[in-house]
Amino acid sequence: MTEVKLQKIAFYIVLTFGVILTVGPFYWMIVGATNPSGETLSIPPNFIPGGHLIENIQSLLSQIDIWQALFNSAFITIVYTVLGGVISAAAGFAFAKYQFKGKELIFGIFLLSMMVPYQALVIPQFELFASFSLLDTYAAIILPQLAYPFAIFLMRQNMQSIPDSLIEASRVDGAGELYIFFRIALPTMIPAIAAVSIFLFTHQWNNFLWPLIALISEDMYTLPVALATIAGQRSIDYGVLMTGAAISILPIFIIFLFLQRYFISGIIGGSVKE
Amino acid sequence: MSYPSEETNWETETEEKGSSPDPGGRPVKRTWFTVKTAPYVLLLPAVLLFLIFTAYPIIASFWLSFQTTEAGERVFVGLNNYVRLFQDPIFYQALGNTLLLLVLQVPIMIFLAVILAVLMNSAFLKMKGFFRVAFFTPAVTSLVAASVIFLLLLNPDYGLINYLLTTVGLEPVGWLNNPFWAKVSLVLVMLWRWTGYNMIILLAGLQNISNDLYEAARIDGAGKVRQFFSITIPQLRPVILFAAIISTIGTLQLFDEPYTLTGGGPVNATTTITMYLYENGFEYFDFEYASAIAYVVVVIIAILSFLQFRLGGERK
Repeated sequence: MTEVKLQKIAFYIVLTFGVILTVGPFYWMIVGATNPSGETLSIPPNFIPGGHLIENIQSLLSQIDIWQALFNSAFITIVYTVLGGVISAAAGFAFAKYQFKGKELIFGIFLLSMMVPYQALVIPQFELFASFSLLDTYAAIILPQLAYPFAIFLMRQNMQSIPDSLIEASRVDGAGELYIFFRIALPTMIPAIAAVSIFLFTHQWNNFLWPLIALISEDMYTLPVALATIAGQRSIDYGVLMTGAAISILPIFIIFLFLQRYFISGIIGGSVKE
Repeated sequence: MSYPSEETNWETETEEKGSSPDPGGRPVKRTWFTVKTAPYVLLLPAVLLFLIFTAYPIIASFWLSFQTTEAGERVFVGLNNYVRLFQDPIFYQALGNTLLLLVLQVPIMIFLAVILAVLMNSAFLKMKGFFRVAFFTPAVTSLVAASVIFLLLLNPDYGLINYLLTTVGLEPVGWLNNPFWAKVSLVLVMLWRWTGYNMIILLAGLQNISNDLYEAARIDGAGKVRQFFSITIPQLRPVILFAAIISTIGTLQLFDEPYTLTGGGPVNATTTITMYLYENGFEYFDFEYASAIAYVVVVIIAILSFLQFRLGGERK
């Protein structure tokens, strides 16, 4: 009996240790963001959050307009998520619930393209947007991955669970195909759509390589690009840097805490079914 | 994959109804939106966007990798870019760095994730929801933000980690300044960012293992350790394989962390393939050479995914 008890205690100790290692860096970010740089970087360091946040925000703003970056990130991400959600839901519904010529071929090509790393697309995309003079715009960040094959794939997997009888019955009642998609498929698929939308949301919120390439002027920067710019300076003010990190993490964190379940299944790609 | 629910037979019976005019006799506004045309209409936005922003770039960069710019004109040069690539010491260094990070990081991470998942799956564990959320938090953090936090933690002179090392009597480490430790720093960030993510994937796999298997093993007198090695690991194999493949692909594309944390330094010790691609493409504007680098990544990912499938899936 005691052996079982020891085992339980050991489990809890290992897991708690793991949680400390996982959450610790966030705590340190808060400590850094609320103290002057010198206090976090001293020996021994100050372990307690301080009252220097406002000053850190002010010096952050003197380096880069972080509120503008926050707005850019929010605008790009929200538009991307809504449009991407509808586009992939429509495509997923078509693949899941219709028989048509070329279905296997088109779906196969979507799947195959998931194997190609993003790096292989970046240069022609840059030339494409440059030739349309669309670099350094919101459209340049929103458009390229709107038709995201993985999201389409997830939507299709989920849409297959819509009962055919439901669609059939609506048809008998005289419902048009558009009505069936918007009024029957979408409402019954809200959990799946939420998960896929969260996948798209985090993907875009944290997107870095392409915005780094396609955004040129500072007032177009998204949060990750702004953050990397501060981190790339010769002498880093860590208080300022941690404040920037906190501002970029906080919004997605709050959403995560409210929508954990959707979030986890969305980011993992729907492989978690509870 | 086959989905029996897909075998539908409503198509033919509803076909005429959709294309016929409405009972009122006047042509319906959307006669083109029938059972026959609906899937194409629904797919149209996705397919168009995909053709322009994914399919075209994939082909264009392949074509680009056989060209070069001479006096402002693009000319076909055959395999020149690839030949140059295989004589480029920095490319080899970037390739070596990337593969080293892959070999260091992925097995450690999968190992840790399996352990955590098994602990999380134990029946008596309370506060599962709390642990799950806590371990998952790094996965919602952007890679840039994660790297930025570690920039502070790993500061060689005043960072918390070196402070903790010295308080337990160890030597401080020149994390970001030393070619070896800079790689370790990257591995640490990646472990922090991704272990919980993989743990959740593996946990889902564990939950799918039937309890009957463990029951039978217990009756046969197999101990916990034996059960772990003869039931858990073999049953979890496909999920471990999946986690290993996505981690491999992710590591081969590593960019955000080294760009933010080390800038590729010291002296290219943490330059990854993607960083080298970025440098060539967007600092030297040699798009053709960068495209060749991209296609080497494509080939490496294809080979490694194939190998992992062969090795990991052989007993399936």
